[in-house]
Amino acid sequence: MKYIDEFRDGALAGNIAANIAREAAAASGYRLMEFCGGHTHAISRYGIADLLPANVRMIHGPGCPVCVLPIGRLDQAIRLVRQHGVILCTYADAMRVPCSDNLTLMRAKAGGADVRMVYSTQDALHIARANPQRQVVFFALGFETTTPPTAVAVRQARLERLQNFSILCNHVLTPAAMHAILSIEGGAGLDGFVGPAHVSTVIGSRPYAPFSTDYGKPVVIAGFEPLDVMQAILMLVRQINDGRAQVENEFTRAVTPEGNPKAQALVAEVFSLRESFEWRGLGTVAGSALRLRSEFAEFDAEARFGVEYVAVADHKACECGAILRGEKRPQDCRIFGTACTPDTPVGSCMVSSEGACAAHYSYGRFREAAR
Amino acid sequence: MCLAIPAQVEGLTDAGNAIVMLGGVRKEISLALVDGVAAGDYVIVHVGYALQKLDREEAERTLALFSEMSAMNEPEDSPPP
Amino acid sequence: MKTAKRNFARTLDLAHGRVEMSHGAGGRAMAQLIAELFAAAFDNPYLATGNDGALLAHAQGRLVMSCDSHVVSPLFFAGGDIGCLSVHGTINDVAMMGATPMYLAASFILEEGFPLADLRRIVESMANAARTAGVPIVTGDTKVVEQGKGDGVFITTTGVGVARDGITLSGDKAQPGDAILLSGTIGDHGMAVLSQRENLTLDPPIVSDTAALHGLVEVLLDSGATLRVLRDPTRGGLAATLNEIAKQSGVGMMLHESAIAVNEPVEAACEFLGLDPLYVANEGKLVAICQRQDAQRLLEAMRGHPLARRASIIGEIVEDAHCFVQMTTRMGGRRIVDWLAGEQLPRIC
Repeated sequence: MKYIDEFRDGALAGNIAANIAREAAAASGYRLMEFCGGHTHAISRYGIADLLPANVRMIHGPGCPVCVLPIGRLDQAIRLVRQHGVILCTYADAMRVPCSDNLTLMRAKAGGADVRMVYSTQDALHIARANPQRQVVFFALGFETTTPPTAVAVRQARLERLQNFSILCNHVLTPAAMHAILSIEGGAGLDGFVGPAHVSTVIGSRPYAPFSTDYGKPVVIAGFEPLDVMQAILMLVRQINDGRAQVENEFTRAVTPEGNPKAQALVAEVFSLRESFEWRGLGTVAGSALRLRSEFAEFDAEARFGVEYVAVADHKACECGAILRGEKRPQDCRIFGTACTPDTPVGSCMVSSEGACAAHYSYGRFREAAR
Repeated sequence: MCLAIPAQVEGLTDAGNAIVMLGGVRKEISLALVDGVAAGDYVIVHVGYALQKLDREEAERTLALFSEMSAMNEPEDSPPP
Repeated sequence: MKTAKRNFARTLDLAHGRVEMSHGAGGRAMAQLIAELFAAAFDNPYLATGNDGALLAHAQGRLVMSCDSHVVSPLFFAGGDIGCLSVHGTINDVAMMGATPMYLAASFILEEGFPLADLRRIVESMANAARTAGVPIVTGDTKVVEQGKGDGVFITTTGVGVARDGITLSGDKAQPGDAILLSGTIGDHGMAVLSQRENLTLDPPIVSDTAALHGLVEVLLDSGATLRVLRDPTRGGLAATLNEIAKQSGVGMMLHESAIAVNEPVEAACEFLGLDPLYVANEGKLVAICQRQDAQRLLEAMRGHPLARRASIIGEIVEDAHCFVQMTTRMGGRRIVDWLAGEQLPRIC
C-alpha cells in the first residue's frame, strides 16, 4: 500500500533507532509526550518502546477524544436514546465507554435502544433521510480532524431542510488541551511534544507556536506511521540537545503552516467556542470546545431535547485523570488489569484502543510481567 | 479522532465525491473539505472525507530522511516548520 | 440430481415460492420440502430411507464428533455462502482432531417468508460441498419460525469421524520449543463478508477462503512429523486460536509479524475499517504446532498441497507462566497479540 508500507519499513526503523540511541546519549533523560491517541496506539502496536533507549520516555497525552469525554456527556447520549427514543448515530469508539448506572451505549442497544454505528457523518444524514418520522442525533465527538465532517453534515442538513437531524456536540480543541497540560507546574514534567498528525493537516503547524515561544517546549508534528513517530522523536532529541524550542514538521507530506483553510472556514461558519468545557482528567478548560452557532441552533440536540449536562464523578479507583495528564502510567493504577480490563473497562482510557490503558494492556503488559 | 489513510483518487463523481483506491479497495468519499483534487492525486481520508492532498515530493523527501545516518557530535539542521 | 417421487399434487415452486409455517409443521408440506429440496440435493441412501435417524456402519477406531452453528450475514458472499460454510466448518473441526470426517447432520431454522430460490441455492451449495469433500449429509431437521424471529436461515451442522490410530491431537499438547505453522494468508473470509456489508467495493472482490481442509490434514498426518495441535482460526481470528492454545497448554508463544501473510486487499480493507487482520475470521486455514525438528518437513508437506501454498513457520512455543502470545513486529519491536476484547470495534481514531 503506497505511502503506508514504506513508512513501516523495519530496516529504516533500525536506522532511526540507531540515530536516536547515538544522539540521546547526550542527556540523562528525555520525557516526551505524544499528544495524539493515534500515536499512542502506533507506539504500542509496533512496540516502538523497544526501539528507544531507556532514557527516552514516551508519556501518553490526552489526545483521545473518547477518553477525555466525561461520564456526564455520555449520560446525555444515553438519555437521548432511552428517554427520547431517538436514533443515535455514533462512531464505534464511543459504544463501550462506561457511563452511569453501569450502562454503555452498547448495553443500551442490547436493551432495545436504537444506537447505530456509523463510519461517516454522511451515513447519519442518510439514516435521517430514510427515517423522516424518527429523530436522528449524531454523537459528534473528536478533535479538529473530525470536526469538519460534522460541519459539512450540519450545513447539508440545513440546505436540505432536514427536520429530524441534530447533533450532540462534543468537539474539542488540541491547542487548548496542550495549554492545560503545560499549565501543570509550567510543564516541568515534559521536555517536548510529538504533535498530532491529522489534527495538524487541518489546523496547520502555526497554532503550536506558543508552546515553543511561551513555554519553551519543542514540538515536532509527526505523521501517522511508526517511522514518522520515530523520526519525530529523533528531531525532538536534537532540539533538546541543541537547547532549541521550535515547532518542526515531520509530516510535511500532509501538513503545511496554514493547514486546510477550506475546512477551517467551514468549521468557523458552523461552530463557535464554548466558554468552557469539562474534560476528564483536565477538569474545566476554558475555550477548549465547540458549540453550534446560533444560526445553526436548531441542530443542537441538547437544546432540541432539553438534555442538560450533569457532571458525574469518575469511579474512585480510576486513575484516568492522572494518566491523561501524563502524571501516572497505566500500570500505576490500582485497578489496571484486574477490575479494569478491555472487556470490563472502568475508565475511558481502557475502552478506546487509543487510550493509554487499553494500548498498554493489549500490546505491552508483558513488560511488567517480565520484570 | 485521528485514523486516516492515504489513498489515490481514481476518479470524480457527479455528486462532488471521489472514488479512492488503496491496495485494491475502492471507496466513495466526500471532497467537501478539499478543492482542486484530480484523478491521480493522493489524499488523506478520514471518516469518509478527504482532509488534505498528499504532497508526493515531500513524501519522498521524508523517506530519504529516514535513511540518513547521524553524524556523531554534530547537530544537524532540521527542516523548517 | 435424482427427481423426487411425485407423491405431491404440485411440486414446490422453488423459483418464486417462500417458506411457510407449514413447512416446519411435520405434515405433508414439510415432507414435500424435505423430499423435493433437501433429499433431492443431498441425494444419498441414508436420506432416501426417510427415517428420522441414519443407521451407520461400524466405525473402527475412536470416534470424533463436532458441532457448529452458522449465522453469517450476508448469506451469500464472494467465494461462498452459509451453506458451504456450514459443511466446511464442521468437516474442518473433525479433521483438526486428526480424524477422517465420515458423516454430517444438518439442521435448519428457517424464517417464514424466506425465498425458496435462496434456500435452494444454499442447499445446492451444501450438496456440492459435501459431494466434493466426500462426506454425505445423512440426517437433518427443519424448523420454521415466524417472520421477524429469524434472520432468513440459521444452519447447524454436526460431524462424525474416526481418529487416526496412534494420533491424539489436542490444544494442551504444545511444548516449549515447538514450531508454529500457518497454512496461508489471514483475514480473507472475515473481510470478504465485512467489505460486502460495509459497501467497500473491491475489484476484484475479496474472496472468502472457505474450504474443506481434511485432505490437507491427511497430508500433514502422513508427513511423519510429530504433530501436537491442529486448529482452524475461525471467529476471533488467528489471535483467538493462538491464545486458546497457549492457555490450554500453559505456555507462551513468540510470533514473527513478517512471517504472517496477508493479501493486499485484505490489508487495505482492514486499514479502511480500522481492523487488525490478526482478529479477522478465516474459514480455510489451519494452525499446526509440531516438534521443532519436524518444522521444515511439515512446511514442505503443507506447501505441496493446493490449499497451503503460502504456508509459513510463524513462530515458536516458549515457556511463559503468563501464557502471553507475543510477537516481534515488522519494526523490530515487541507486542502482545492479546485475546479479542468484546467485539472488534473498528477504530476511527
